[in-house]
Amino acid sequence: MVQSADKNLNFQVNSNPDMDSKTSKKREQIAKLRSEKANVWYGNKHVIKNVNIAIEPNTVTAFIGPSGCGKSTFLRLFNRMNDYIDTFRMEGKILIDEEDIYDKKVRVEELRRKVGMVFQKPNPFPKSIFDNVAYGLKIQGIRNKSVLEETVERSLKQAALWEEVKDDLHKSALALSGGQQQRLCIARALAVEPSVVLMDEPASALDPIATSKIEELVVELKEKYTIVIVTHNMQQAGRVSDNTAFFYMGVLVEYDDTKKLFTNPSEELTERYITGRFG
Amino acid sequence: MNFNQTAMTNIEKELHQLKEDIIGMMHLVQNQLTKSSKAFSQQSIPLSKEIHKVENRVNAMELGISKDCENIIALYNPVASDLRLVLAALKIVIYLERIGDHADKIARYVRKEQITDPIDPRLLDAIRFDAIFETAQEMVNDAIDGFINEDTGLARLVFVKDQNLNKLHVNAIKTLAKSGEGDDPGTSESLLTILYLFSIVNKLERVGDLAKNIAEETIFYVEAKVLKHYKKKKKKK
Repeated sequence: MVQSADKNLNFQVNSNPDMDSKTSKKREQIAKLRSEKANVWYGNKHVIKNVNIAIEPNTVTAFIGPSGCGKSTFLRLFNRMNDYIDTFRMEGKILIDEEDIYDKKVRVEELRRKVGMVFQKPNPFPKSIFDNVAYGLKIQGIRNKSVLEETVERSLKQAALWEEVKDDLHKSALALSGGQQQRLCIARALAVEPSVVLMDEPASALDPIATSKIEELVVELKEKYTIVIVTHNMQQAGRVSDNTAFFYMGVLVEYDDTKKLFTNPSEELTERYITGRFG
Repeated sequence: MNFNQTAMTNIEKELHQLKEDIIGMMHLVQNQLTKSSKAFSQQSIPLSKEIHKVENRVNAMELGISKDCENIIALYNPVASDLRLVLAALKIVIYLERIGDHADKIARYVRKEQITDPIDPRLLDAIRFDAIFETAQEMVNDAIDGFINEDTGLARLVFVKDQNLNKLHVNAIKTLAKSGEGDDPGTSESLLTILYLFSIVNKLERVGDLAKNIAEETIFYVEAKVLKHYKKKKKKK
Protein backbone atom coordinates (compact mmCIF):
# COMPACT_ATOMS: atom_id res chain seq x y z
CA MET A 1 0.00 0.00 0.00
CA VAL A 2 1.08 3.55 -0.65
CA GLN A 3 0.27 6.20 1.90
CA SER A 4 -0.07 9.77 0.73
CA ALA A 5 3.07 11.79 1.42
CA ASP A 6 1.01 14.90 1.93
CA LYS A 7 -0.33 15.09 5.48
CA ASN A 8 -3.40 16.99 4.31
CA LEU A 9 -4.35 14.20 1.97
CA ASN A 10 -5.40 10.99 3.52
CA PHE A 11 -5.47 8.20 1.03
CA GLN A 12 -4.18 4.71 0.70
CA VAL A 13 -4.04 2.85 -2.55
CA ASN A 14 -2.72 -0.38 -3.82
CA SER A 15 0.83 0.48 -4.86
CA ASN A 16 0.86 -2.07 -7.62
CA PRO A 17 -2.61 -2.32 -9.11
CA ASP A 18 -1.53 -3.71 -12.44
CA MET A 19 0.47 -6.54 -11.00
CA ASP A 20 -2.30 -7.79 -8.76
CA SER A 21 -4.99 -8.88 -11.15
CA LYS A 22 -5.08 -12.00 -13.28
CA THR A 23 -5.82 -9.86 -16.31
CA SER A 24 -2.60 -7.96 -15.78
CA LYS A 25 -0.56 -11.17 -15.79
CA LYS A 26 -2.02 -11.91 -19.21
CA ARG A 27 -1.36 -8.32 -20.25
CA GLU A 28 2.26 -8.64 -19.16
CA GLN A 29 2.84 -11.67 -21.32
CA ILE A 30 1.73 -9.93 -24.47
CA ALA A 31 2.62 -6.36 -23.53
CA LYS A 32 3.74 -3.92 -26.18
CA LEU A 33 4.66 -1.32 -23.59
CA ARG A 34 5.65 -2.09 -20.06
CA SER A 35 7.08 -0.34 -17.05
CA GLU A 36 8.74 -1.97 -14.07
CA LYS A 37 8.98 0.01 -10.85
CA ALA A 38 9.27 3.26 -12.78
CA ASN A 39 10.26 6.22 -10.62
CA VAL A 40 10.90 9.75 -11.81
CA TRP A 41 12.29 12.75 -10.02
CA TYR A 42 12.52 16.37 -11.12
CA GLY A 43 15.30 17.54 -8.83
CA ASN A 44 14.15 16.45 -5.39
CA LYS A 45 10.55 16.13 -6.40
CA HIS A 46 9.42 12.54 -6.72
CA VAL A 47 6.82 12.73 -9.49
CA ILE A 48 6.37 9.09 -10.58
CA LYS A 49 6.27 6.52 -7.83
CA ASN A 50 6.96 2.87 -8.47
CA VAL A 51 4.65 2.48 -11.45
CA ASN A 52 4.17 -0.94 -12.99
CA ILE A 53 2.00 -1.17 -16.06
CA ALA A 54 1.63 -3.48 -19.04
CA ILE A 55 -0.09 -2.19 -22.18
CA GLU A 56 -1.32 -4.66 -24.76
CA PRO A 57 -0.63 -4.16 -28.47
CA ASN A 58 -3.38 -2.70 -30.68
CA THR A 59 -5.27 -1.17 -27.83
CA VAL A 60 -6.04 2.37 -26.77
CA THR A 61 -5.03 3.12 -23.21
CA ALA A 62 -6.12 6.35 -21.55
CA PHE A 63 -4.15 8.00 -18.76
CA ILE A 64 -6.37 10.13 -16.55
CA GLY A 65 -5.83 12.08 -13.36
CA PRO A 66 -5.77 15.63 -12.02
CA SER A 67 -3.22 18.17 -13.25
CA GLY A 68 0.22 17.46 -11.89
CA CYS A 69 -0.49 13.80 -11.16
CA GLY A 70 2.34 12.66 -13.44
CA LYS A 71 0.35 11.20 -16.33
CA SER A 72 2.10 13.29 -19.03
CA THR A 73 5.51 12.69 -17.46
CA PHE A 74 4.80 8.97 -17.45
CA LEU A 75 3.61 9.10 -21.08
CA ARG A 76 6.78 10.89 -22.13
CA LEU A 77 8.91 8.14 -20.59
CA PHE A 78 7.91 5.94 -23.53
CA ASN A 79 9.71 8.08 -26.11
CA ARG A 80 12.30 9.58 -23.77
CA MET A 81 10.95 13.09 -24.15
CA ASN A 82 11.79 13.82 -20.51
CA ASP A 83 15.50 13.42 -21.28
CA TYR A 84 15.61 17.09 -22.29
CA ILE A 85 14.69 18.25 -18.79
CA ASP A 86 17.89 19.00 -16.83
CA THR A 87 16.59 17.92 -13.44
CA PHE A 88 14.99 14.70 -14.76
CA ARG A 89 16.14 11.47 -13.14
CA MET A 90 14.61 8.05 -13.63
CA GLU A 91 14.84 4.62 -12.04
CA GLY A 92 13.20 1.37 -13.07
CA LYS A 93 12.58 0.00 -16.51
CA ILE A 94 10.57 1.15 -19.50
CA LEU A 95 10.22 -1.61 -22.06
CA ILE A 96 8.89 -1.60 -25.60
CA ASP A 97 8.59 -5.06 -27.12
CA GLU A 98 10.46 -6.18 -24.00
CA GLU A 99 13.48 -4.03 -24.85
CA ASP A 100 14.59 -1.54 -22.20
CA ILE A 101 14.48 1.80 -24.03
CA TYR A 102 16.69 3.49 -21.41
CA ASP A 103 19.49 1.06 -22.15
CA LYS A 104 22.64 2.85 -23.34
CA LYS A 105 22.61 0.86 -26.58
CA VAL A 106 19.27 2.34 -27.63
CA ARG A 107 19.44 5.12 -30.21
CA VAL A 108 16.88 7.76 -29.27
CA GLU A 109 16.24 8.76 -32.93
CA GLU A 110 15.45 5.15 -33.78
CA LEU A 111 13.17 4.90 -30.72
CA ARG A 112 11.22 8.00 -31.77
CA ARG A 113 10.68 6.56 -35.22
CA LYS A 114 9.07 3.62 -33.52
CA VAL A 115 7.12 5.74 -31.03
CA GLY A 116 5.27 8.68 -32.57
CA MET A 117 3.90 11.53 -30.51
CA VAL A 118 1.02 13.96 -30.91
CA PHE A 119 0.86 16.98 -28.63
CA GLN A 120 -1.89 19.04 -27.07
CA LYS A 121 -1.62 21.92 -29.52
CA PRO A 122 -1.21 21.13 -33.19
CA ASN A 123 2.35 22.01 -34.13
CA PRO A 124 2.69 21.81 -37.92
CA PHE A 125 5.95 23.10 -39.38
CA PRO A 126 5.67 26.31 -41.41
CA LYS A 127 5.89 24.25 -44.57
CA SER A 128 3.46 22.76 -47.04
CA ILE A 129 1.08 19.98 -46.10
CA PHE A 130 3.14 17.56 -48.22
CA ASP A 131 6.44 18.57 -46.63
CA ASN A 132 5.02 18.27 -43.14
CA VAL A 133 4.05 14.66 -43.69
CA ALA A 134 7.20 13.81 -45.65
CA TYR A 135 9.47 15.48 -43.08
CA GLY A 136 10.33 12.37 -41.06
CA LEU A 137 11.11 10.35 -44.17
CA LYS A 138 13.33 13.06 -45.59
CA ILE A 139 15.28 13.17 -42.32
CA GLN A 140 15.80 9.45 -42.75
CA GLY A 141 17.34 10.23 -46.14
CA ILE A 142 14.47 9.02 -48.29
CA ARG A 143 14.37 11.15 -51.42
CA ASN A 144 12.52 8.88 -53.85
CA LYS A 145 9.59 10.98 -55.07
CA SER A 146 7.16 8.14 -55.58
CA VAL A 147 7.92 6.67 -52.13
CA LEU A 148 7.36 10.08 -50.58
CA GLU A 149 4.12 10.62 -52.49
CA GLU A 150 2.83 7.18 -51.60
CA THR A 151 3.67 7.64 -47.95
CA VAL A 152 2.10 11.10 -47.78
CA GLU A 153 -1.11 9.82 -49.36
CA ARG A 154 -1.26 6.72 -47.13
CA SER A 155 -0.57 8.73 -43.97
CA LEU A 156 -3.10 11.42 -44.79
CA LYS A 157 -5.68 8.73 -45.55
CA GLN A 158 -4.95 7.02 -42.23
CA ALA A 159 -5.34 10.35 -40.49
CA ALA A 160 -8.70 10.89 -42.27
CA LEU A 161 -7.43 14.10 -43.87
CA TRP A 162 -6.73 13.05 -47.46
CA GLU A 163 -10.13 13.91 -48.91
CA GLU A 164 -9.96 17.39 -47.44
CA VAL A 165 -6.45 18.30 -48.61
CA LYS A 166 -5.62 16.13 -51.63
CA ASP A 167 -5.93 19.09 -54.02
CA ASP A 168 -3.98 21.47 -51.80
CA LEU A 169 -0.96 19.41 -50.80
CA HIS A 170 1.46 22.21 -51.55
CA LYS A 171 -0.41 24.86 -49.64
CA SER A 172 0.86 25.96 -46.24
CA ALA A 173 -0.11 23.68 -43.37
CA LEU A 174 -0.68 26.77 -41.27
CA ALA A 175 -3.72 27.62 -43.41
CA LEU A 176 -5.55 24.52 -42.14
CA SER A 177 -8.09 24.65 -39.32
CA GLY A 178 -7.06 23.54 -35.82
CA GLY A 179 -8.68 20.15 -36.22
CA GLN A 180 -7.09 19.64 -39.64
CA GLN A 181 -3.70 20.70 -38.29
CA GLN A 182 -3.98 18.13 -35.52
CA ARG A 183 -4.87 15.38 -38.00
CA LEU A 184 -1.92 16.55 -40.10
CA CYS A 185 0.33 16.10 -37.05
CA ILE A 186 -1.10 12.61 -36.64
CA ALA A 187 -0.38 11.91 -40.32
CA ARG A 188 3.17 13.20 -39.81
CA ALA A 189 3.61 10.86 -36.86
CA LEU A 190 2.24 7.90 -38.86
CA ALA A 191 4.40 8.58 -41.93
CA VAL A 192 7.50 7.06 -40.34
CA GLU A 193 5.51 3.89 -39.57
CA PRO A 194 5.69 3.81 -35.81
CA SER A 195 4.17 0.93 -33.87
CA VAL A 196 3.21 3.10 -30.92
CA VAL A 197 1.49 6.49 -30.92
CA LEU A 198 1.51 8.62 -27.79
CA MET A 199 -1.07 11.39 -27.61
CA ASP A 200 -0.90 14.10 -24.98
CA GLU A 201 -4.38 15.66 -24.80
CA PRO A 202 -4.69 15.65 -28.60
CA ALA A 203 -8.19 17.16 -28.70
CA SER A 204 -8.17 19.58 -25.80
CA ALA A 205 -7.68 22.60 -28.06
CA LEU A 206 -10.30 21.52 -30.59
CA ASP A 207 -14.02 22.13 -31.04
CA PRO A 208 -16.49 19.22 -30.56
CA ILE A 209 -16.64 18.34 -34.29
CA ALA A 210 -12.86 18.25 -34.68
CA THR A 211 -12.64 16.36 -31.38
CA SER A 212 -15.11 13.79 -32.65
CA LYS A 213 -13.00 13.26 -35.80
CA ILE A 214 -9.85 12.77 -33.73
CA GLU A 215 -11.67 10.32 -31.48
CA GLU A 216 -12.95 8.31 -34.45
CA LEU A 217 -9.46 8.28 -35.82
CA VAL A 218 -7.94 7.04 -32.57
CA VAL A 219 -10.33 4.09 -32.49
CA GLU A 220 -9.57 3.27 -36.16
CA LEU A 221 -5.83 3.57 -35.70
CA LYS A 222 -5.62 0.96 -32.98
CA GLU A 223 -5.95 -1.75 -35.62
CA LYS A 224 -2.39 -0.93 -36.67
CA TYR A 225 -0.91 0.87 -33.70
CA THR A 226 -0.74 0.76 -29.94
CA ILE A 227 -2.09 4.06 -28.68
CA VAL A 228 -1.69 5.75 -25.34
CA ILE A 229 -3.66 8.92 -24.79
CA VAL A 230 -3.50 11.40 -21.94
CA THR A 231 -6.79 13.19 -21.46
CA HIS A 232 -8.54 15.40 -18.96
CA ASN A 233 -11.82 14.62 -20.64
CA MET A 234 -13.31 11.67 -18.80
CA GLN A 235 -15.97 11.09 -21.43
CA GLN A 236 -13.29 11.03 -24.09
CA ALA A 237 -11.37 8.37 -22.16
CA GLY A 238 -14.62 6.40 -21.95
CA ARG A 239 -15.35 6.79 -25.65
CA VAL A 240 -11.99 5.90 -27.14
CA SER A 241 -10.04 3.68 -24.78
CA ASP A 242 -10.02 -0.03 -24.04
CA ASN A 243 -8.19 0.39 -20.74
CA THR A 244 -7.78 3.33 -18.43
CA ALA A 245 -5.07 4.13 -15.92
CA PHE A 246 -5.82 6.60 -13.14
CA PHE A 247 -2.83 8.46 -11.69
CA TYR A 248 -2.81 10.48 -8.52
CA MET A 249 0.22 12.22 -7.03
CA GLY A 250 2.58 10.12 -9.12
CA VAL A 251 0.99 6.85 -8.11
CA LEU A 252 -0.86 4.55 -10.50
CA VAL A 253 -3.99 4.16 -8.40
CA GLU A 254 -6.00 1.94 -10.69
CA TYR A 255 -5.56 0.38 -14.10
CA ASP A 256 -8.44 -1.56 -15.54
CA ASP A 257 -10.84 -2.15 -18.37
CA THR A 258 -12.35 1.25 -19.20
CA LYS A 259 -15.93 0.02 -18.84
CA LYS A 260 -15.17 -1.42 -15.42
CA LEU A 261 -13.27 1.64 -14.24
CA PHE A 262 -16.04 4.04 -15.22
CA THR A 263 -18.91 1.96 -13.89
CA ASN A 264 -17.47 0.24 -10.85
CA PRO A 265 -13.95 1.33 -9.96
CA SER A 266 -12.12 -0.78 -7.40
CA GLU A 267 -10.48 2.14 -5.58
CA GLU A 268 -12.47 4.74 -3.67
CA LEU A 269 -10.01 7.38 -4.82
CA THR A 270 -10.78 6.59 -8.46
CA GLU A 271 -14.50 6.75 -7.72
CA ARG A 272 -14.07 10.14 -6.07
CA TYR A 273 -12.03 11.50 -8.96
CA ILE A 274 -14.22 10.31 -11.83
CA THR A 275 -17.39 11.42 -10.06
CA GLY A 276 -15.87 14.86 -9.57
CA ARG A 277 -15.72 14.71 -5.78
CA PHE A 278 -12.27 16.25 -5.76
CA GLY A 279 -9.75 17.79 -8.13
CA MET B 1 -6.48 20.45 -4.58
CA ASN B 2 -8.45 19.47 -1.56
CA PHE B 3 -9.24 15.80 -1.44
CA ASN B 4 -11.16 16.08 1.83
CA GLN B 5 -13.41 18.90 0.73
CA THR B 6 -16.92 18.69 2.15
CA ALA B 7 -18.86 21.17 0.00
CA MET B 8 -21.32 19.47 -2.34
CA THR B 9 -20.58 19.58 -6.04
CA ASN B 10 -23.43 20.38 -8.43
CA ILE B 11 -23.90 16.75 -9.39
CA GLU B 12 -23.97 15.78 -5.71
CA LYS B 13 -26.74 18.32 -5.14
CA GLU B 14 -28.70 16.95 -8.08
CA LEU B 15 -28.29 13.36 -6.92
CA HIS B 16 -29.20 14.31 -3.36
CA GLN B 17 -32.39 15.90 -4.64
CA LEU B 18 -33.07 12.87 -6.85
CA LYS B 19 -32.76 10.57 -3.86
CA GLU B 20 -35.03 12.81 -1.79
CA ASP B 21 -37.65 12.71 -4.54
CA ILE B 22 -37.47 8.93 -4.84
CA ILE B 23 -37.84 8.58 -1.06
CA GLY B 24 -40.88 10.90 -1.23
CA MET B 25 -42.43 8.70 -3.92
CA MET B 26 -41.59 5.57 -1.92
CA HIS B 27 -43.44 6.86 1.15
CA LEU B 28 -46.42 7.83 -0.96
CA VAL B 29 -46.64 4.36 -2.50
CA GLN B 30 -46.11 2.73 0.90
CA ASN B 31 -49.12 4.70 2.18
CA GLN B 32 -51.18 3.77 -0.86
CA LEU B 33 -50.64 0.09 -0.16
CA THR B 34 -51.48 0.47 3.53
CA LYS B 35 -54.63 2.39 2.66
CA SER B 36 -55.69 -0.20 0.09
CA SER B 37 -55.43 -2.87 2.78
CA LYS B 38 -57.66 -0.78 5.03
CA ALA B 39 -60.06 0.11 2.24
CA PHE B 40 -60.49 -3.59 1.48
CA SER B 41 -60.87 -4.80 5.04
CA GLN B 42 -63.24 -1.94 5.98
CA GLN B 43 -65.01 -1.86 2.59
CA SER B 44 -64.39 1.90 2.69
CA ILE B 45 -65.47 3.68 -0.47
CA PRO B 46 -64.17 7.14 0.66
CA LEU B 47 -60.73 5.68 1.39
CA SER B 48 -60.78 3.91 -1.94
CA LYS B 49 -61.58 7.19 -3.69
CA GLU B 50 -58.73 8.88 -1.83
CA ILE B 51 -56.33 6.21 -3.08
CA HIS B 52 -57.48 6.83 -6.63
CA LYS B 53 -56.92 10.57 -6.25
CA VAL B 54 -53.38 10.08 -4.94
CA GLU B 55 -52.62 7.62 -7.75
CA ASN B 56 -52.41 10.59 -10.13
CA ARG B 57 -49.68 12.07 -7.93
CA VAL B 58 -47.76 8.80 -8.03
CA ASN B 59 -47.94 8.81 -11.83
CA ALA B 60 -46.79 12.44 -11.99
CA MET B 61 -43.86 11.65 -9.69
CA GLU B 62 -42.78 8.80 -11.94
CA LEU B 63 -42.68 11.12 -14.94
CA GLY B 64 -40.99 13.93 -12.99
CA ILE B 65 -38.24 11.73 -11.58
CA SER B 66 -37.64 10.04 -14.94
CA LYS B 67 -37.21 13.47 -16.51
CA ASP B 68 -34.77 14.47 -13.75
CA CYS B 69 -32.75 11.33 -14.46
CA GLU B 70 -32.68 12.16 -18.16
CA ASN B 71 -31.44 15.67 -17.36
CA ILE B 72 -28.75 14.43 -14.99
CA ILE B 73 -27.44 12.00 -17.60
CA ALA B 74 -27.46 14.66 -20.32
CA LEU B 75 -25.99 17.49 -18.27
CA TYR B 76 -23.67 15.85 -15.75
CA ASN B 77 -22.49 12.65 -17.45
CA PRO B 78 -22.57 10.64 -14.22
CA VAL B 79 -20.20 7.69 -13.84
CA ALA B 80 -19.61 4.88 -11.34
CA SER B 81 -21.93 4.97 -8.29
CA ASP B 82 -23.53 8.21 -9.53
CA LEU B 83 -24.48 6.53 -12.78
CA ARG B 84 -25.70 3.44 -10.95
CA LEU B 85 -27.93 5.59 -8.76
CA VAL B 86 -29.49 7.28 -11.79
CA LEU B 87 -29.96 3.98 -13.63
CA ALA B 88 -31.45 2.39 -10.50
CA ALA B 89 -33.71 5.42 -10.00
CA LEU B 90 -35.07 5.12 -13.54
CA LYS B 91 -36.17 1.56 -12.83
CA ILE B 92 -37.25 2.02 -9.22
CA VAL B 93 -39.77 4.74 -10.15
CA ILE B 94 -41.34 2.37 -12.69
CA TYR B 95 -41.62 -0.38 -10.03
CA LEU B 96 -43.07 2.09 -7.52
CA GLU B 97 -45.62 3.31 -10.01
CA ARG B 98 -46.71 -0.28 -10.66
CA ILE B 99 -47.05 -0.98 -6.94
CA GLY B 100 -49.18 2.18 -6.76
CA ASP B 101 -51.27 0.84 -9.65
CA HIS B 102 -51.86 -2.46 -7.84
CA ALA B 103 -52.86 -0.63 -4.64
CA ASP B 104 -55.30 1.46 -6.65
CA LYS B 105 -56.74 -1.56 -8.46
CA ILE B 106 -57.24 -3.48 -5.20
CA ALA B 107 -59.12 -0.45 -3.84
CA ARG B 108 -61.08 -0.27 -7.11
CA TYR B 109 -63.00 -3.42 -6.23
CA VAL B 110 -64.37 -1.55 -3.22
CA ARG B 111 -64.77 1.78 -5.03
CA LYS B 112 -66.73 0.26 -7.89
CA GLU B 113 -68.78 -1.72 -5.39
CA GLN B 114 -67.70 -4.96 -6.99
CA ILE B 115 -67.13 -6.35 -3.50
CA THR B 116 -69.99 -5.12 -1.34
CA ASP B 117 -70.81 -7.75 1.24
CA PRO B 118 -68.27 -8.92 3.80
CA ILE B 119 -66.40 -11.97 2.52
CA ASP B 120 -66.71 -15.22 4.44
CA PRO B 121 -63.88 -14.98 7.00
CA ARG B 122 -63.34 -18.75 6.78
CA LEU B 123 -62.35 -18.35 3.15
CA LEU B 124 -60.07 -15.40 3.94
CA ASP B 125 -58.45 -17.46 6.71
CA ALA B 126 -58.10 -20.49 4.47
CA ILE B 127 -56.26 -18.54 1.78
CA ARG B 128 -54.31 -16.66 4.51
CA PHE B 129 -55.33 -13.38 2.96
CA ASP B 130 -54.00 -11.22 5.80
CA ALA B 131 -50.64 -12.98 5.77
CA ILE B 132 -50.34 -12.39 2.00
CA PHE B 133 -51.18 -8.70 2.35
CA GLU B 134 -48.83 -8.27 5.34
CA THR B 135 -45.95 -10.08 3.64
CA ALA B 136 -46.31 -7.98 0.50
CA GLN B 137 -46.38 -4.81 2.61
CA GLU B 138 -43.36 -5.93 4.65
CA MET B 139 -41.45 -6.64 1.46
CA VAL B 140 -42.21 -3.17 0.13
CA ASN B 141 -41.22 -1.61 3.46
CA ASP B 142 -37.94 -3.55 3.58
CA ALA B 143 -37.13 -2.74 -0.04
CA ILE B 144 -37.76 0.95 0.67
CA ASP B 145 -35.74 1.00 3.91
CA GLY B 146 -32.98 -0.93 2.15
CA PHE B 147 -32.76 1.78 -0.51
CA ILE B 148 -33.00 4.69 1.92
CA ASN B 149 -30.28 3.32 4.21
CA GLU B 150 -28.27 1.72 1.40
CA ASP B 151 -28.67 -1.48 3.41
CA THR B 152 -28.13 -4.41 1.06
CA GLY B 153 -28.65 -6.89 3.90
CA LEU B 154 -32.20 -5.64 4.27
CA ALA B 155 -32.59 -5.67 0.49
CA ARG B 156 -31.56 -9.34 0.46
CA LEU B 157 -34.13 -10.12 3.13
CA VAL B 158 -36.78 -9.18 0.56
CA PHE B 159 -35.69 -12.16 -1.56
CA VAL B 160 -36.26 -14.52 1.37
CA LYS B 161 -39.69 -13.04 2.02
CA ASP B 162 -40.55 -13.34 -1.65
CA GLN B 163 -40.14 -17.11 -1.47
CA ASN B 164 -42.57 -17.14 1.45
CA LEU B 165 -45.03 -14.95 -0.44
CA ASN B 166 -44.83 -17.21 -3.48
CA LYS B 167 -45.73 -20.23 -1.32
CA LEU B 168 -48.65 -18.36 0.24
CA HIS B 169 -49.79 -17.33 -3.23
CA VAL B 170 -49.74 -20.88 -4.63
CA ASN B 171 -51.64 -22.15 -1.59
CA ALA B 172 -54.25 -19.38 -1.94
CA ILE B 173 -54.81 -20.12 -5.62
CA LYS B 174 -55.30 -23.82 -4.91
CA THR B 175 -57.73 -23.06 -2.08
CA LEU B 176 -59.68 -20.59 -4.20
CA ALA B 177 -59.91 -23.16 -7.02
CA LYS B 178 -61.31 -25.73 -4.61
CA SER B 179 -63.73 -23.17 -3.29
CA GLY B 180 -64.86 -22.38 -6.84
CA GLU B 181 -65.46 -26.07 -7.42
CA GLY B 182 -67.85 -26.03 -4.48
CA ASP B 183 -65.59 -27.59 -1.88
CA ASP B 184 -65.21 -26.11 1.58
CA PRO B 185 -64.21 -23.59 2.75
CA GLY B 186 -66.13 -20.65 1.39
CA THR B 187 -68.84 -22.44 -0.52
CA SER B 188 -71.17 -19.61 0.36
CA GLU B 189 -69.16 -17.14 -1.79
CA SER B 190 -70.15 -16.41 -5.35
CA LEU B 191 -67.80 -17.34 -8.12
CA LEU B 192 -67.41 -13.64 -8.88
CA THR B 193 -66.13 -12.89 -5.36
CA ILE B 194 -63.74 -15.83 -5.63
CA LEU B 195 -62.46 -14.40 -8.90
CA TYR B 196 -62.01 -10.96 -7.32
CA LEU B 197 -60.02 -12.54 -4.50
CA PHE B 198 -58.00 -14.49 -7.05
CA SER B 199 -57.21 -11.22 -8.81
CA ILE B 200 -56.24 -9.44 -5.57
CA VAL B 201 -53.99 -12.29 -4.44
CA ASN B 202 -52.27 -12.19 -7.84
CA LYS B 203 -51.78 -8.44 -7.56
CA LEU B 204 -50.21 -8.84 -4.12
CA GLU B 205 -47.87 -11.49 -5.45
CA ARG B 206 -46.84 -9.02 -8.17
CA VAL B 207 -46.33 -6.33 -5.51
CA GLY B 208 -43.88 -8.73 -3.87
CA ASP B 209 -42.06 -9.22 -7.17
CA LEU B 210 -41.83 -5.46 -7.65
CA ALA B 211 -40.46 -5.04 -4.11
CA LYS B 212 -37.85 -7.65 -5.04
CA ASN B 213 -37.02 -5.66 -8.18
CA ILE B 214 -36.49 -2.54 -6.05
CA ALA B 215 -34.20 -4.55 -3.75
CA GLU B 216 -32.24 -5.75 -6.81
CA GLU B 217 -31.76 -2.15 -7.92
CA THR B 218 -30.55 -1.16 -4.45
CA ILE B 219 -27.94 -3.92 -4.59
CA PHE B 220 -26.93 -2.80 -8.09
CA TYR B 221 -26.59 0.80 -6.91
CA VAL B 222 -24.68 0.03 -3.71
CA GLU B 223 -22.62 -3.04 -4.66
CA ALA B 224 -22.58 -2.84 -8.47
CA LYS B 225 -23.91 -6.40 -8.59
CA VAL B 226 -26.62 -7.52 -10.98
CA LEU B 227 -28.80 -10.14 -9.31
CA LYS B 228 -31.58 -10.20 -11.88
CA HIS B 229 -32.03 -13.65 -13.45
CA TYR B 230 -29.21 -14.85 -11.19
CA LYS B 231 -30.86 -18.21 -10.49
CA LYS B 232 -31.47 -18.91 -14.16
CA LYS B 233 -27.82 -18.34 -14.96
CA LYS B 234 -26.79 -20.62 -12.12
CA LYS B 235 -29.03 -23.42 -13.38
CA LYS B 236 -27.55 -23.22 -16.88
CA LYS B 237 -24.12 -24.05 -15.43
